[in-house]
Amino acid sequence: MLGYYIDLAIRSLKRSPGLTLLMILTVGFGVAASMVTYSVFRAVSGDPIPWKSAQLYVPQIEMWGPKGHGGPGDNGDPPDAMDYTDAIALMRDHRARYQSAMYMITPSVVPAEAGKHPINVEGHAVFNEFFPMTDAPFKYGSGWSASDDDQRAAVAVISEKLNQKLFGGANSVGKVVDIDGKDYRVVGVLNKWEPQPRFYDVSNTGGFTTNADDVFIPFMRAIDVDMSNDGNTNCAETPAQSGFKGLQLSSCIWISYMVQLDSAAQAKAYKDYLDGYAREQQRSGRFSWPPNNRLRDLHAWLDAEHVVPSDTEVSLLVAIGLLLVCLVNTAGLLLAKFLRRSNEIGVRRAIGAPRSAIYAQFLVEAGIVGLSGGVLGLLLTGVGIHGVSWVLPKDIANLAHLDVQLLLLTLIVAVVSTMLAGIYPTYRASRVQPAWQLKSN
Amino acid sequence: MEIRPIVASLKKHRIPAVLIVLEIALACAVLCNAVFMVHQCIASVNSSNAIDEAGMSVITVGGIDASQAPAAIVRDLAAFHSIAGVKAAAAVDRVPLDHDVWLGSYSATPTEAGWINSSIYFLGDGGERAMGLRLLQGRYFTPEEYAGGAVGADGKSTSHVVIINESDAKRLWPGQNALGKQLYSDETVWTVIGVVADVLAQAPDFSGGTGKYSSVFFPLRPDVELGRYVLRSSPADRDRVLAQAMRALGTLEPGAVLEGHAYVDMRSAYFADVRGMAWMLTLVCAVMLAVTALGIVGLTSFWVGQRRRQIGIRRAVGATHAQILRYFQTENFLLSTAGVLLGVVLAVAANLYLVRHYEVGHLPWSYLASSVLALWVLGQVAVLGPALRAAAVPPVVATRSV
Repeated sequence: MLGYYIDLAIRSLKRSPGLTLLMILTVGFGVAASMVTYSVFRAVSGDPIPWKSAQLYVPQIEMWGPKGHGGPGDNGDPPDAMDYTDAIALMRDHRARYQSAMYMITPSVVPAEAGKHPINVEGHAVFNEFFPMTDAPFKYGSGWSASDDDQRAAVAVISEKLNQKLFGGANSVGKVVDIDGKDYRVVGVLNKWEPQPRFYDVSNTGGFTTNADDVFIPFMRAIDVDMSNDGNTNCAETPAQSGFKGLQLSSCIWISYMVQLDSAAQAKAYKDYLDGYAREQQRSGRFSWPPNNRLRDLHAWLDAEHVVPSDTEVSLLVAIGLLLVCLVNTAGLLLAKFLRRSNEIGVRRAIGAPRSAIYAQFLVEAGIVGLSGGVLGLLLTGVGIHGVSWVLPKDIANLAHLDVQLLLLTLIVAVVSTMLAGIYPTYRASRVQPAWQLKSN
Repeated sequence: MEIRPIVASLKKHRIPAVLIVLEIALACAVLCNAVFMVHQCIASVNSSNAIDEAGMSVITVGGIDASQAPAAIVRDLAAFHSIAGVKAAAAVDRVPLDHDVWLGSYSATPTEAGWINSSIYFLGDGGERAMGLRLLQGRYFTPEEYAGGAVGADGKSTSHVVIINESDAKRLWPGQNALGKQLYSDETVWTVIGVVADVLAQAPDFSGGTGKYSSVFFPLRPDVELGRYVLRSSPADRDRVLAQAMRALGTLEPGAVLEGHAYVDMRSAYFADVRGMAWMLTLVCAVMLAVTALGIVGLTSFWVGQRRRQIGIRRAVGATHAQILRYFQTENFLLSTAGVLLGVVLAVAANLYLVRHYEVGHLPWSYLASSVLALWVLGQVAVLGPALRAAAVPPVVATRSV
């Protein structure tokens, strides 16, 4: 029967090519607009490390007390980064499977060749467990060891890009690189690694950035050589002493912190540990308030930090509005088309077709319109995704891409939405009274 | 034109009528909000900024040691002044719209009541001329004030003088002359010696609504804080001057990391995403209006086709072309009116949602009014074709059996 309905539908669509084209265009444009914005939305709200995001957690500790609250938009959350004192204390206690405090640095790297200008690079000062925790992919070598951290060794992990620039892409493990005027031994070279959003340090990158981290050095080493923080610093009160040393003694927050906890039980134990830590601080008189800590997994953390830009969300809302307009429009046109054929329906009903057969026939027709609209929508989505870098910021637009998943989704949205739009027209068509239509008028 | 027969006929075709009304309503709701957001985007892209944007170039200098910086600044500025076409050059710590933000809270009283969050700008000697600030009242810093200015351990200026934006002068001392008044930040105090036309914040979207035009200027002697050089020339000379300055710096400071831009490019880069958003919304509006118009054409054509016989009868009993034409036009006007009424309600509801969840302002009535007008016109234009076809139905149709 399906073949017959498809044949009927194609004949009927051919009979009024203008109306058919109109419907296909409407569905195509509506679907394409919403799919392009959705692809951007999906890219920015995507999971940067899907295989592990449920095990990565970001602890937050209330180290400011009431001073940090009462501002606009305050929701009672503790500060979203850490001060030096607490970050170091948590590192020392070492309660999670993996953990790392980290801060953003922008040292200058001096190429070994004489006459070449130094280059500014971005990077992070981290602990050794940062690499296994984030599954950073190594091309050569590996991260440094716990004893390197303890000895504050002058070692570095560099990006493939920086390796290309400094060593022409060769295996540079064991070679020396000049960072801020001091020699560091390269222990590892990363493969291209640009997770979006930059999940390990969203408070400094805002989530999306085109600048990749080019260099990683041991946290305590960076502190020792006074490599100052180049990320955000947020203070509830003015530091008593100036400079980077003063920052370390202050309650200002400038350090990101991430831990890996493999099970819910471990997460619960870690949260208890955080609360215990805060209570201990309260007892010792450093905190004069009860514990107010958070331990969010990566998803909840990205959500709480509003990593998805509001522009993108608004665009998606507008595009959904457009899709709705297109659907109502298609419903109207389908109704016009179906009701024009009351005679034909009357004849079919009179010679024995049940209502369900009429339903099937017209839903097939709606489906074909939807499918054609979907194919057109696919083409337009492809064009749109290539054009999106023209209208959206580069760091965001680069993330949008067409893949099989989006391809299928486009077709499904087109067909399902058109069939939804076709339900009422089909219902009306199936209600046609055969006797009335058979009478000559 | 008699409306009753039209209403009676619409009542018989309730669903197609409802669909047209719904489509116009949705289109109206999306249009109002999208156009309003486009307007907000354009307004922020075109934000005025009282500095010499067209003639300014900015060179960011990194990697100079704090102890070397003062000497380097004096040396570099001397080199810049010898470049032909340079009208002024100075070292500053930050420029508007470069994302590098330094905010502080300031108030007119020591109690912090009514404090405002301002972008802090430290200017090196001649900074006001290099940026092209526009003095409205008072004076600029003297060479002595420049030479005496420093940044204290708490990050505040140790100088005792400050220049403020016009907007801040009005906000802090409404109805009074700001000159000579005391500006507080916690316990520290400065005397306002000058008021300049509004300079944009370092990152207006970060500073929020009131912070957009809230800037304070302090004098600073050559210091490592002054990490940017501002060169001012005529717009025609700008690119050559920038290239020459970059070359001069390359030889003078071989260890430094340099980044030079014409200020207009920095401004355009800052607003790139806002501009993109405006384009996208415009595109969506255009597609939506086209879809709505085509939908009206489609449904009305169907309607006309269905009613050919009735039209024929009306023509046969004496209705003129013009009367048939007007019938369909009036019918469309009634449907559009119902659509836009519902649409206005939806638009306001959508706007309230956006205001609550995103940084969108309240929708002014003028946008509702112009969207309503636009959809009325769109409806009339769309219906014209089918209506003309209806008017062309000959009276003889009435006599034919279908």
